[in-house]
This record gives sequence, structure tokens and C-alpha cells, in this order.
Amino acid sequence: MFELLGIPPQVLLGQLLLGLINGSFYAVLSLGLAVIFGLLNIINFAHGALYMAAAFVAWMLLNYLGIGYWPALILAPLIVGAFGMVLEHTMLQRLYHLDHLYGLLLTFGLALIIQGLFRNYYGVSGLPYQIPEALEGGQNLGFMFLPNYRGWVVVASVLVCFGTWFMIEKTRLGAYLRAGTENPVLVGAFGVNVPLMITLTYGFGVALAGFAGVLAAPIYSVNPTMGEQLIIVVFAVVVIGGMGSIMGAILTGYMLGIVEGLTRVFYPEGSAVVIFVIMAIVLMIKPEGLFGRPT
Amino acid sequence: MIRKLAISVSALAAMTAVPAVAQGIDVKLGVLNDRSGTYADLSGEGSVVATRMAVEDFGAADKGLNVEIVSADHQNKPDVGSNVAREWYEADGVDAIVDVPTSSVALAVADITAENNGVFLISGAGSTNLTREQCQPTTVHWTYDTAALANGTGGAVTRAGGEKWFFLTADYAFGHSLEENTMEVVRENGGEVVGSVRHPFPSQDFSSYLLQAQGSGADVIGLANAGSDTVNAIKQASEFGITQAGQSLAALLMFVTDVHSLSPETAQGLQLTEAFYWDQNDATREWSARFEAEMGSKPTMVHVGAYSATMAYLAAVETVGSADDGAAVVAQMREMEIDDPFFGKVEIRGDGRAVHDMYLFEVKTPAESEGEWDLYKQVATISGEDAFLPMLEECDFSKQ
Repeated sequence: MFELLGIPPQVLLGQLLLGLINGSFYAVLSLGLAVIFGLLNIINFAHGALYMAAAFVAWMLLNYLGIGYWPALILAPLIVGAFGMVLEHTMLQRLYHLDHLYGLLLTFGLALIIQGLFRNYYGVSGLPYQIPEALEGGQNLGFMFLPNYRGWVVVASVLVCFGTWFMIEKTRLGAYLRAGTENPVLVGAFGVNVPLMITLTYGFGVALAGFAGVLAAPIYSVNPTMGEQLIIVVFAVVVIGGMGSIMGAILTGYMLGIVEGLTRVFYPEGSAVVIFVIMAIVLMIKPEGLFGRPT
Repeated sequence: MIRKLAISVSALAAMTAVPAVAQGIDVKLGVLNDRSGTYADLSGEGSVVATRMAVEDFGAADKGLNVEIVSADHQNKPDVGSNVAREWYEADGVDAIVDVPTSSVALAVADITAENNGVFLISGAGSTNLTREQCQPTTVHWTYDTAALANGTGGAVTRAGGEKWFFLTADYAFGHSLEENTMEVVRENGGEVVGSVRHPFPSQDFSSYLLQAQGSGADVIGLANAGSDTVNAIKQASEFGITQAGQSLAALLMFVTDVHSLSPETAQGLQLTEAFYWDQNDATREWSARFEAEMGSKPTMVHVGAYSATMAYLAAVETVGSADDGAAVVAQMREMEIDDPFFGKVEIRGDGRAVHDMYLFEVKTPAESEGEWDLYKQVATISGEDAFLPMLEECDFSKQ
């Protein structure tokens, strides 16, 4: 019976849910960035390009090797993650002793190269990738029709986000990781192979982007610019959440997905900028981000 | 001695050939479009290839025309496009600019072309303003415009019983123009517009807008956008069961490359308006095969439009005897009787609008489609007079 600014409640509920779904992509992507920044201090601008690359890898697996969505969901992140480790080992590693800016420039350049290569071979129109059969169709929730696939996106992203947070914050391995970045010499003295650990961490962060890429393939156009459009927003999410804060990145991702979703109802023209407006406000009031620790 | 003689004879021959070279007309064409962004496949390098094919097929070299082609990327940004256009006209001696998708860029280039008395052969851009509010004596708008799309798809869908419309519109010049033209056509045909939403360009997620469209009670959701926006919207409409629930989609601007990217599984049954499809007749098939051999994909109407417009332009330059006076060349183009292999009889009106037939196509079902590019079946032919808006009196440059 009640209406909020002329919007019936069931519509609002639908939009909240959609926001949550989009937030799932932001959360997984910004989580990967936060892991890489928090543990390696690298501002990984190639994240969007690697997200895109994974969607293409899923397409290639299907079209060249006949490997479907479910194996691709594991394989594509592994392939892209392995590629990330090669990048880290051959290039990024040389920049750790330099300012953040160098890492940013290098990864930005890599992003342009990766994107350019895909554009050259596959064009910009995009490639078709169908929703897996098991997740076709949807549920009528009364207030909206929820495609099964979108429901799966939320579930998958929550599981991955929670798993990552748990691993880094609550396990022994995570403790090594955090210690290794805090004081590599000391941790190395305990017999831990710190450089290898860092390479693996970068690979893991990239694999998260790859996971999001495969999740996105059936619902968004698989084209070389798909990452470019997303990466800036995801960076804003990380800044709002607090650079390097794992939980901050996850929660802010979901939250901003919802805020953006609501903007699309009340003032659609502003939906492309709302996240940046929030970023500006957060930076003014709490420069370390919503969940960041003051330095 | 004999050798010396031979040399002097050939030198003599070269000297006598000099007058012929002096008669030769230098023409420099600049193909300006999106070479890396969302419109790169439907225009991009393909338009350069098509323009080059036109120069070859016209037999420019044999007719004494020395044609050079340059190209640049405007990145869909009016400021970038304006700078290139200015530099081309003012410093590089370019005589005509070809293609220019993205209406906001094309509108800027149209003014610069008029200032420099060049020629603007538009294939990629769609805004009707190019031959209306911002008409110029140096503009030729060849391939399509938003009114033709609205009349084609909008008219057909409304007459077929899709009376209530909701619009999903890209928030820039082209989207606004297409939305406005289609709304008029819908109302003229007894339909009704129940709502619209303007989305940022480009967007990735359309679920929120689609849900609004679903709640509006409309019969038809009109997509007044292009490129990856349209592809994403259609992909997601199918996912959200919009079409299964009885609402239909009308993609107001869609190119064969977009349909190819969606595949018939997702795009089947969609109706759309185009000026060209590669599989229409022997001439289109043959030309498209040549194009494909070089580009690896079938041509869009934008590519073939760049080809045909260049052909007509070169013919006009040949008659005028020079490419220097752009307005004079365009005036000549308006005089010519053009019978194009792909566009049929083309009349270039006083406002620069090239009037020709348009076609309403329907995307084949996966069962009907026999190959990767076997995508359309033709539903109707829309005559040029029905497709394009009538000329505005103040834009009739043939009388001025």
C-alpha cells in the first residue's frame, strides 16, 4: 500500500535484489584488487583486462575444445591466474622497491595491450555465450522474475568472498601472507618462501577477476571493452571501502551495487556517476575509506 | 647510342604525358570513425577497406583521378573528431571526410566541413539533425537516419499490434533523436508511449531498466541505442523472461554484426531496419565476399554506404573537374542520376539526404539459419519517400 517517492514496494524490492546481483560482481572484483593491494601494494590496473580475458577464455574453451560452463568456471580462472603469475614473475616483481605509481603504470599498459590483442583478433561486437542449461529459466518471486542464473551469481560470489576473507584473516596460511608482506625478511628467516608466496597471491587475486569474468560471460556481452567499463567503478569501490581492506572491499561492493541500482530507478541519467560522487564524499570525510584503518 | 635514343624517346613520351598528368585531379579522402570502441566493427577499418574498394572499382587511376585515402580514430568523442577534421582540411589538404559514426561527432564535423568547403559523406551517423536543424550545403547523408529506422521498425511493429511502447534510450544525441522519431511514428500509427528511461552510454547492466519496462505494462520495449548496449539489453531481456512473458523487443538500430554477436538463439524473431544485407542478390553477395576476404566478416550497411557514397562522390568530382570546391561537388551529386548496385535508385535531395529504399528484416530462428552469417529474412521494402522525413524548406540548398 505504501509508496516511496511514487515507486511501489515490489518494484523497490526487485531493484534492491538487482543491485545486490550487480554488487556481486563489484564485490568479487574489488576483493581481488584489495587482496593484491593489501598484500603486494600493487595497484593492479590490469584487473579489468584479466576479467575480460577470462570471459574470452571461457568462450574459447567452449568453441575450440567443447568444454562447457562448469569446468570453465574453474579452468578459466586457473589459466588467467597462471598468466597473472607469469606477469608478476617476469615484470611486476622488478617494481616492488619503487613507488606505487610504477606498478600502476605498468599494469595500465598491460591492460591496454591485452585489450588491444583481443580487439585485434575478435573485434568489438562481442561473442555469444549461452547460459548453462541447468540454470536456464527463473523463479517468480511475486515482486519480480529472478533468472536462476542471477541467483547463482549471488550465491557463488558470496561463497567466494567469504572463503577468501576466511582464508586471509583466519587461517595459518593467511597469517603467513600478512606477515610476509609486513616483514618479508623476518618471515623468510622462518623458512617461508616469500617471493613464491607473493607470486601465488597475485595469481590468486587475478583468478578472482577471472572467476568474475566467467560469471559475467553468459549475461553480459563478451567483448574486449567489458573490463574497461567496469574497472574504474571497481577502483572507486576499493577506495570507498578502504584500500587493502578485505572485508571493506566485499561489503562496499554489495552496498554500492544496491545504491547504483536504486539510482537507476530514481534518476537513471545519474547512475554512471553516483559511485564517484560517493567516492568524493567519502574521501572528504574519511580519507582512509569506510573500513580502512587510519595510517 | 641506341640506348641513349631510347632514353630520350621515353623522356619525350614522359614530357608529352605531362599535360595528361596536369589534368589529373588530386582527391584526398579521410575516413574518420571509431577504430577501437563500440562501433569499430560496424564502421572502423571496414569503412576504409570499402572506400578503397570504391576507388578501385571506380577506376579512378584510369580516369585521371589521383585518389589518396587517410584514416583516423575519433574515439566517439566530438572534441577528438573535430580536431582531426580541422587538421585534415586545414593542414593536410583533405577534400572529403567519409563515414563518421556517432552523431555527436558527426554534427561537429558537419559544421567544420562547411567552414572549409569540403564534402561530408556520412554513412555511420544516424541523427536526422544532420539534414535538418544543422543542415549544410556540403553534407551528404547517405546510408540511413533515425527517422528511417523509426518508420521502418517502429511503424511495422506498431501496425502489427504493438501499441503501448516503453523506451530504453541511450543518453546522447543519437539516442534522443531515435527516441523522438520513433515516438512520433508510434503515435501516428495509433500507438501510445507509456514511459521511457535514459541510460548512460555505454552501459553494461540493463536489468534494472528492463524491470521498469516490464512494470510499465507496455507491449513493446523500444531499444533506442546501438552497439554493445543493444546487445546487452537483448541478452538480458531474454534472460529475464521479458519476451517469454509476452512483451516484445524492437531493436531500433541494429547491425548485422550485432545480430551475429547475439546469435540467432537469442536474437530470433527480432525485426529491424537496414539499408543493406549481404545476402540480398548476386551483386551484394559478390561484393560482400570480396569484403569478407579482406576483413574476415560480412559488411554492414555502414561499410557499403561508405563504398557507394564514395563512388557517387568520385563521379561528381570527375564531372566538376576538381575536388577543391566542396559545395560545387555536392551540387553536382544532387544533379546526378544515381543507380547504385546496392542502394538502387538514389536521389540526393537539396538538403543532402540520400533517398533510397530501406528494408525491414527479421532475424531467422536457429533452425532457419544455415550458416554463421545466415541471419536475416526480408519482411518488407520501405520506399525512400516513406522511410525518410520530408525536406525542410530552409535546408533546400539546391535553390540557394
